[in-house]
Amino acid sequence: MTPLLEVEHLSVAFGGLRAVQDFNLALAAGDLQGLIGPNGAGKTTVFNLLTGVYRPDRGTVRLEGRTLTGLRPHQVAAAGIARTFQANRLFADLSVLDNVRIGCQLRSARGLTATVFRSSTQVGAERRIRARCEQLLEIFGLAERRDELARNLPYGDQRRVEMARALATEPKVLLLDEPAAGMHPQEKLMLRELIRSVRRQFGVTILLIEHDMGVVMDICERITVLDYGVTIAAGTPQEIQNDPRVIAAYLGTAQAEETSGKSVGGDMAGSSVS
Amino acid sequence: MSSVPRACAEPTLNPPGWTVLPRNLGPLAVGLALATLLHFGIQPQAGAFPTKVMLDAGINIMLAVSLTLVNGFTGQFSIGHAGFMALGGYAAAAVTYYGSYRLWGSPDFHGGLLSWTVSQGTFHGPLLAGGDGLFLLGCLVGGLVAAGAGYVVGLPSLRLRGDYLAIVTLGFGEIVRVLIQASRHQLFSAEEVRATPLVKLATMLGGSLGFISLPFYTTLFWVYTLTALTLIVTYRIKQSSYGRAFLSIREDETAAEALGVHTTRYKVRAFVLAAFFAGVAGALYAHSIGSINAGELGFQKSFDLVIMVVLGGMGSISGSTLAAILLTILPEALRKVTDYANLYLPPEYALPDLRMIIYSLALILMMILRPQGLLGLHEVWDLWGRRARRARAAPAPAGEGPA
Repeated sequence: MTPLLEVEHLSVAFGGLRAVQDFNLALAAGDLQGLIGPNGAGKTTVFNLLTGVYRPDRGTVRLEGRTLTGLRPHQVAAAGIARTFQANRLFADLSVLDNVRIGCQLRSARGLTATVFRSSTQVGAERRIRARCEQLLEIFGLAERRDELARNLPYGDQRRVEMARALATEPKVLLLDEPAAGMHPQEKLMLRELIRSVRRQFGVTILLIEHDMGVVMDICERITVLDYGVTIAAGTPQEIQNDPRVIAAYLGTAQAEETSGKSVGGDMAGSSVS
Repeated sequence: MSSVPRACAEPTLNPPGWTVLPRNLGPLAVGLALATLLHFGIQPQAGAFPTKVMLDAGINIMLAVSLTLVNGFTGQFSIGHAGFMALGGYAAAAVTYYGSYRLWGSPDFHGGLLSWTVSQGTFHGPLLAGGDGLFLLGCLVGGLVAAGAGYVVGLPSLRLRGDYLAIVTLGFGEIVRVLIQASRHQLFSAEEVRATPLVKLATMLGGSLGFISLPFYTTLFWVYTLTALTLIVTYRIKQSSYGRAFLSIREDETAAEALGVHTTRYKVRAFVLAAFFAGVAGALYAHSIGSINAGELGFQKSFDLVIMVVLGGMGSISGSTLAAILLTILPEALRKVTDYANLYLPPEYALPDLRMIIYSLALILMMILRPQGLLGLHEVWDLWGRRARRARAAPAPAGEGPA
């Protein structure tokens, strides 16, 4: 069986900086995988390559056998890959409901004539969009905040709006860029459950970038580790935790400290790596 | 599988097909009723000057609301809107002026009662006549010509942002002005018009002297019917997925793109739609004063329109409407104030014409006190809804009775 999302030999360089080199990944339908690495390892660059924000120098991205390389971001979204952003990119001055409704625009928008004349299919489409978005908000515990402006929401809620908005595009693959960033421990626990239930309820395949090892090791079935754009390890959480190269990348080794002066990764703080 | 239904799963939410009729005829009837009332009820009583102010207010509403599509909804900063207005106005003027010569041998008024302004004398004739058809055709052609130009101007907006786009639109407005001013002389006899091919007539727009002797077709009826249509269309766009795509571009283009919004396409669409309505407004303007001169439709006019949009609140249709009305009436009202004060002041203390100074001060104060504009992003009726929701969310604590 071919995997749902297949990434082969993906590489990109910005000037002299080789941000991502020969990145490979295979996501089967229903997978929940993680992408980790120290700061500046190229994780977000991988997301930007997958979603068409950057064009890779080499390599291919295939979704259900269809090549996505070279498509524009909106075409990638239409093909079925949705993402959230590391820094919140909500539509700050729109209501929570409108934020999520914009996600529905992709599959359900009607043309200008139907909109101007309020044709029956257009009215019906708007009703379905609203019903669906309200269900989404219900699932994410945001129903009460429906009419508030996105900018007025607490940070944790904003992250969930972003996830709901991405799911409104009816994706096959969901890319989450540091969903736990800025959350307090209680929220992080709830986030783990939320991500699992999203996969179950929406039948999406998830790839997430996360610095919080507690979250990654708990929910991901498979993890890929990047360092300086190079994949240094890939495997189950168990394998990753015991991989000497990963430990070296994060904590540094005596030798590495001497030769490259690489700073000790602070990202493992509070993690469950033993 | 998924417990969340897909958006296309329930066709039962579609209302019956015939309901499209009341949905469209209803608002249209309201607009027509208002326009009819203004034309037959108010206009005969009002003098020529108040009528002129009302006409200008309606035209400015169309211009400000259409500019809101680009500057307010889509967040692109266009400061060349008067260029579209000029294009539409000249195109419509060419249609009615040369069309009248071709059809009736003179550029005189050939309309019906709906296009007749009572202050010009009594009129006996049908409600609608051939001239009205020509005038409406002119409005449509004006709108389409402007929309075509809007497409061309929309294209650079794909690559440029912010100040750079503003400069391009400013340049566009000036190019239009200069091109029209460089056009050939106007023809003033039926023989010459008949002898000249149509394509050549389209370039004979009077040059820097302006296009004059146009028939007066613009009445409160036409202005407010078309204003109502503009408001209905823009409001329906704002309340739909189509319009929310515009808004998402203003809010965050990267995120919009990631959610599948074809941002380049929607930006061009915003320019085309806005230009269309501006072109129609230009057509109404030309036929309300009987002439059109590109020299008066330069960047000064564009800035006036931007001020209306900013003052009303970026993205608020009712806000732009209110601001357009306010900024049309205010300079005229201020003129009255100085005139009135001077009646009672000794001549050596007579006030100079202060209206532009007061107008500017009012704008500066407004920008300091309400930088988001009168209504921000909201519509007038949103404010009622929000107040009601807040009251529901936080009911007044019991026991705190009124004094």
